[in-house]
Amino acid sequence: MTKKIGEIKNNKMAYDKFNILRSTAVPLPIENVDTDQLIPARFLKATERIGFGDNLFRDWRYNADNTPKKDFVLNNPIYGGKILVGGKNFGSGSSREHAAWAVYDYGFRCVVSSFFADIFKNNCLNIGVLPVQVSPEFSEKLFAAIHADPKTEIEVNLPAQTITILSTGEKETFEISPYKKDNMLNGFDDIDYLQSIKGEIEEFAANLPL
Amino acid sequence: MSKTLFDKVWDTHVIRKIEGGPDVLFIDRHLVHEVTSPVAFLGLKTRGIKVLYPGRTFATADHNTPTINQHLPVADPLSANQLQALEQNSKEYGISYWGLGHQKNGIVHVIGPEYGITQPGATIVCGDSHTSTHGAFGAIAFGIGTSEVEMVLATQCIMQPKPKKMRISINGKLGFGVTPKDVALYIISKLSTSGATGYFVEYAGEVFENMSMEGRMTVCNMSIEMGARGGMIAPDDTTINYVKGREFTPKGEAWDKALAYYKTLKTDPDAVFDKEFTFDGADIEPMITYGTNPGMGMGISNDIPDAAHVEGGAATYEKSLHYMGFSEGEHMLGKKVDFVFVGSCTNGRIEDFRAFTSLVKGKHKADDVTVWLVPGSHIVESQIKEEGLLDILTEAGFSLRQPGCSACLAMNDDKIPAGKYAVSTSNRNFEGRQGPGARTMLASPLVAAAAAITGRVTDPRTLIEELV
Repeated sequence: MTKKIGEIKNNKMAYDKFNILRSTAVPLPIENVDTDQLIPARFLKATERIGFGDNLFRDWRYNADNTPKKDFVLNNPIYGGKILVGGKNFGSGSSREHAAWAVYDYGFRCVVSSFFADIFKNNCLNIGVLPVQVSPEFSEKLFAAIHADPKTEIEVNLPAQTITILSTGEKETFEISPYKKDNMLNGFDDIDYLQSIKGEIEEFAANLPL
Repeated sequence: MSKTLFDKVWDTHVIRKIEGGPDVLFIDRHLVHEVTSPVAFLGLKTRGIKVLYPGRTFATADHNTPTINQHLPVADPLSANQLQALEQNSKEYGISYWGLGHQKNGIVHVIGPEYGITQPGATIVCGDSHTSTHGAFGAIAFGIGTSEVEMVLATQCIMQPKPKKMRISINGKLGFGVTPKDVALYIISKLSTSGATGYFVEYAGEVFENMSMEGRMTVCNMSIEMGARGGMIAPDDTTINYVKGREFTPKGEAWDKALAYYKTLKTDPDAVFDKEFTFDGADIEPMITYGTNPGMGMGISNDIPDAAHVEGGAATYEKSLHYMGFSEGEHMLGKKVDFVFVGSCTNGRIEDFRAFTSLVKGKHKADDVTVWLVPGSHIVESQIKEEGLLDILTEAGFSLRQPGCSACLAMNDDKIPAGKYAVSTSNRNFEGRQGPGARTMLASPLVAAAAAITGRVTDPRTLIEELV
């Protein structure tokens, strides 16, 4: 019953395609960054997917009176770019996709960490943000390079599955399932695929043990 | 080939395997709540598709609802709008909706089992990470993102690679004053907040065999707090006695067929797990957390560890203790408590209120502590009244709120103020989880009761001679 990816031809484009991204990066060397930091629950009341970037890291980014906290990296003008480099166990906690939406809406297209929480990683893949898992050593190199020179460019090459610190040439490969890679490269999502096997699903449902 | 419980349920639900990709998994039951569903319904509208199996989909409102004056209109316009959106979407797509004011309304992971929506051997998803709760019945249950909520509404399937398998065995007996919540916090303190990421857990051994369904739900609920997608326990007589006769449980011949199927749901003796842990029940104390993730927990009589003795970076550890206003080496016993919260999908069931009441009986609430007791559902609320617990609680200076997620995630008005300390029976002590600046200490209903009586972090074993 195993199907090959090549058979999935009828997906429509659901989100931005991802190919090669070259950008400066924002360093956040904190471990266990949880989804309540990415987007606190009180900002989950919207019924549309708009404006979540404004509240990304809300309570680390702003004081209670809404003035920016100067020592937080997103408020430091020397750092910027489309890549967020986080500490180990990034995205732990809730299943709220709003956390991934906030990352995307803020302008990030790639999150790098030495370890991702499962649901957050999956949510990123489902909306076109590429989660890149690197070794702890490479993560240290990234933080060091960005801190040494915030203008350091990082290249994330999805077709080749590599991440490179362009100033030093240091490079590492990363894993992604061929299926998800194909989706990211083409901007596909899963629903059109599942729609295309609706008959098979209905037949399966009719023959369940209970 | 020998299979684990997880293998059996997963493999039964795989429609297709995609080479180098995920499995297409059929979902038996889809639970929906107001927060993670509106964008999914919007997606259906945009694509112009319907809900494939409305009868397999159940909607309730819990995250955003007030826990007092539920008969009045919801004051916050954003919350009211989100609740209205779910009601409207449910109507439009033919999904049963148990909204605010409905007798069946309550926390999604409390009412699912109460009405028999949760069944052994089923696949259950919800746009909420604590969906792992339902694994207590031997179901595969896990939280999903909104894109996947849309996927399940549209196709009753999700696409996921099969997780690795872990077994956590705890044998022996639990000590005096040690509850299922302590078991969960103990395991997470041993494995860390990411120790089970990529795995689906089976809990096995004497401790779980002797545990009630409520207790098993508490443990499975917290599986996600060590990174696991879910946790499950093989169904046994305790499970079957709980499930039998509930509204959505199979009846008549269908029940006999179901029962035969439930009995097959156990790990084969020689099945292999990718990882195994074994602990001794006697080593577990009443637990409390001192930091900002659920892995930062310890026996209540211990001292806060030094950075040198914890896994992970010292900078992150110090940031966490700084947020809590704690220092390395301090005792937790005796620390001031401003708020006590009993409730949530972790500890909002009848057994939790029985435990709380057993300790506060004949005593009185400390004057300077605010205590929120929030039942998980109307059934729990009724049981509290019918069993006479409410009278005891009232006598001791406590009152009961109405069902909902409440202060667990501070989406409604039940927020812990900045800088204040709360002993909470919920599941997360993240920074700001219970309100911006709130400082959460996770613990069992008994530890919560001891804090409510004394206004301090107190070992419940010192306050009660005989526990339920």
